[in-house]
Amino acid sequence: MAIESLRCKECRTEYPLDARYVCEQCFGPLEVAYDYSDLDVAEVRRKIQAGPRSIWRYSDFLPFVSAPRGSLTTGTTPLVRADRLAQHLGLGELYIKNDAANPTHSFKDRVVSVALAKAIELGFEVVACASTGNLANAVAAHAAHAGLESYVFIPANLEEQKVLATGIYGTNLVAVNGNYDDVNRLCTEISGEHDWAFVNVNLRPYYAEGSKTLAYEIAEQLAFTLPDRVVAPIASGSLFTKIGRGFAEWLELGLLNGDLPTFNGAQAQGCSPVAQAYADGRDVCKPVRPDTIAKSLAIGNPADGPYALDLARSTGGGVDAVTDDEIRAGVRLLAQTTGIFTETAGGVTIATLRKLAGRGDIGADERVVAVITGEGLKTLDVARDTFERWEIEPSLDDFESERADRVPAGAAR
Amino acid sequence: MAVTVKIPTQLRAVTDGEAETEVDGGTVGEVLDALFDRYGDLRDRICEDGELRRFVNVYVSGEDIRFGDGLETEVAEGSEVTILPAVAGG
Repeated sequence: MAIESLRCKECRTEYPLDARYVCEQCFGPLEVAYDYSDLDVAEVRRKIQAGPRSIWRYSDFLPFVSAPRGSLTTGTTPLVRADRLAQHLGLGELYIKNDAANPTHSFKDRVVSVALAKAIELGFEVVACASTGNLANAVAAHAAHAGLESYVFIPANLEEQKVLATGIYGTNLVAVNGNYDDVNRLCTEISGEHDWAFVNVNLRPYYAEGSKTLAYEIAEQLAFTLPDRVVAPIASGSLFTKIGRGFAEWLELGLLNGDLPTFNGAQAQGCSPVAQAYADGRDVCKPVRPDTIAKSLAIGNPADGPYALDLARSTGGGVDAVTDDEIRAGVRLLAQTTGIFTETAGGVTIATLRKLAGRGDIGADERVVAVITGEGLKTLDVARDTFERWEIEPSLDDFESERADRVPAGAAR
Repeated sequence: MAVTVKIPTQLRAVTDGEAETEVDGGTVGEVLDALFDRYGDLRDRICEDGELRRFVNVYVSGEDIRFGDGLETEVAEGSEVTILPAVAGG
């Protein structure tokens, strides 16, 4: 058994492994602490490779005494070599970690799989969350699968696709007249009054651990080696910092060799508290009022902002912000060079990658992984009015004449 | 000026279990000082060197005080001051 306690990231006070997330001494965030001293590295590696094709293959590194079973099959998403995109950007070895290929089409299936397994272990009958959309989809779906009652709180102005893809699972869907930070404040208050498992409030230390599996998968897919650089989006900063934590754990254990990759965070300019703090050389983020098409990243008051800044600075990376137009262009660029259609958050990541490449920040010999966290079908407005379609009668002549007008002479027959 | 202060569960061990209390004060800082006078152990939990700890959020009628004047933010008679942990969400 490797899981040991909950420990405050600020003052190191330890707590039992129950539903809590705040240090009572200093209000710092709690994190799961493990004891890996008994771990045999070769054995662990064999166990991983023989494990299920899901995040549970990494259960030695997740907060459970015995590996959870069942649940929707989350993880083992493709790591796609993106040569055409690399060529376009003047980069060398580039991969897209396509986490849209999860049960509810975002990385949130990882954190929710872990949080729900924990909620069940702790005996909760109701699960809940504050969501910018992807988490709503995941909590509603995984709760339906597990037969748990659920409450999902979202900002009222969320994309229709995300609302529909949540309601279908039969959850109690609560649209709050306010932005995500208002929803989050409300849920923090509600979590104190109801005995519910709020996945990203009182179960947050466990929930956040799920994002480490992104790092484990990337490393395993690269034959137990590390990328040189990771570009990933920042909303609360939890995903970003936990990818770093996942690599760091495997480095400490000797499952990986080398140095922690350079970490570049990606934010939308319309909600960039972490990028602003990075640019100003501050350790803490000032909250902002979000105004961006990247709604899944629209957290103006990022809980893990200070830790995201630490990771970016300590690895020689950074945090950049991109405009809504750059985000739209990023979505199109990824689609047209890799065949992967991402939501606006992925557009933020690709636009940031493009910015880094354009600035010459990325060496030609670097192995880079860009993390795509969600599916393009969830934010379809980005595609609207960005192309023309041909409208013809069902006649060969009509097609040929339309083609002659549109396609330059000399094109492939 | 009387305002209502809402105490999160994590702090109720030092407020005799109280979830809500009324104190006087014209700014957030004055409200907190009045609260610390009543509950002596509260100060160190949420403040350090005279500033709020970085994982403590304070709201006046639902508005984060960092959008206002921080501890100098004015509180009107009858308004609600809420103290919450900052580490939720995302």
